[in-house]
Amino acid sequence: MAERSISFAPEDRYNAFLTICSKPSHGDGKLAGVAVAVKDNISTRGIETTCASRILKGYVPPYDAHVVDLLRKSGAAIAGKTNMDEFGMGTTTENSAFGPTLNPCDTGRVPGGSSGGSAAAVAAGMVRMALGTDTGGSIRCPAAFCGITGLKPSYGRVSRYGLIAYANSLEQIGPMGKTVTDVSTLMGIIAGHDRHDSTSHNKPYTHTPKADIKGLKIGLPAEYFGKGVDPAVAGVVRKAIGRLEELGATTVPCSIPSMEYALAAYYVTCTCEASSNLARFDGVRYGPAADTKRSWHDSYQEVRRAGFGAEVRRRIMLGTFALTSGYYGKYYAKAQVARENVRKDFLRIFADVDVIAGPTMPTIAFKLGEKSDPLSMYLADILTVPANLAGIPAISVPCGKADGMPVGLQIMGRHFEDERVVDVAYAYEQAVA
Amino acid sequence: MVSEKDVQHIAELADVGVSSGELGTFTHQFNEILAYFDQLDTVKGDPAATRDLYNIMREDVIEPSLPQEEVLGNAPAQEDGFIKAPRVM
Repeated sequence: MAERSISFAPEDRYNAFLTICSKPSHGDGKLAGVAVAVKDNISTRGIETTCASRILKGYVPPYDAHVVDLLRKSGAAIAGKTNMDEFGMGTTTENSAFGPTLNPCDTGRVPGGSSGGSAAAVAAGMVRMALGTDTGGSIRCPAAFCGITGLKPSYGRVSRYGLIAYANSLEQIGPMGKTVTDVSTLMGIIAGHDRHDSTSHNKPYTHTPKADIKGLKIGLPAEYFGKGVDPAVAGVVRKAIGRLEELGATTVPCSIPSMEYALAAYYVTCTCEASSNLARFDGVRYGPAADTKRSWHDSYQEVRRAGFGAEVRRRIMLGTFALTSGYYGKYYAKAQVARENVRKDFLRIFADVDVIAGPTMPTIAFKLGEKSDPLSMYLADILTVPANLAGIPAISVPCGKADGMPVGLQIMGRHFEDERVVDVAYAYEQAVA
Repeated sequence: MVSEKDVQHIAELADVGVSSGELGTFTHQFNEILAYFDQLDTVKGDPAATRDLYNIMREDVIEPSLPQEEVLGNAPAQEDGFIKAPRVM
């Protein structure tokens, strides 16, 4: 394979990148010489990987994540590592230890999160495509806020090997791009079985998007257009769904009653998993040096207090608390019941419809600093977490503007029917092009 | 309701370290978030059953691994090819 390199020297006015690789090498293949940005929680051999956290400053992974290995084999040039909310914990990319990313559409606003750097890099035209990760909406939210396309794949479709774990049972690596075709192409590179991820399924993606949606049945959940959703955003999305009807799709109203508990179930589950996953960061094997002269307890407390930001410590503590004996039944066990109810609701609805559509986010991008208390930030994830709880695929495609800012149309599908949500997004994109 | 003392205790269990200046804010936020979580008390239904994949194992055979030097490359304190950790006792 011929080793070549490209020059990559974008003017990063939005703080989208944490690391820029100015002369990345690449080989031959489908993506030969295409600059691809990678979110900074995905391990890249020889390239610093921090999760936007001080606790991993200087960490250089000795191996590639499976998806990065596949990217390199496809000829892509790894152009750099993108900014994010620390360890993926946030909805705005303001929780980065290295400063927020700005929204290229309006630099007074957030790009969404947690894959805000990847979304901004694509929206600003610095790269054609990027990898993000989605635990509770972290690909779809920034895609919607920045006016690009992003896919959260079905759980099990893309290997998580080399993804620095935050909440294993919820998260997936996924493609982000300016067009549905680019997202679909990147999905084709990264999907498939990997024996290093025990939740990985043998479901490669070899699809080329098709714009024919005649006869498609779309469910419209009342919860996605009701209380808490900005009427201007809901209006833009309803109009976009009208376009899908003009293309031959039919719509039926439906309801996801389990959504009442979805957000609480999501935050209990992800904080519990985080409290366990993030126990490994102690300054011993990587990160800032632990003081080996002191007792482990004192030493770890000091390293972790200085290395983790407030939101990361808050979530670790919430998870630790929720898993304490005496509270386990009240929080974690109940959250798993609520999660199963969400999955059952989707199964019931998908017996009758092919896809479910609604807004990706209840509002347009927030102003920088607007969401200052944690709970109000969590509530913004209400329309994206159901897909993670159920493990189903969901795509966000730009569908117009409200108050001058981009709005995302979200299409959710049956488990492993990623191709279908891509087709619906493609049909819409082609119709308005 | 959790108290500042409870939050201090959780911080110690989780080894995250909370400064006295942060304790009040964390406690206030904790109580808001836990009050929101309390709605789960009324959820009805069955827990999830195991599905799809179950106990994915591989044969216990030695496979190629990364060179020791590269694996230790990120460890801030080392001695004779080992990683140095704080005292346990």
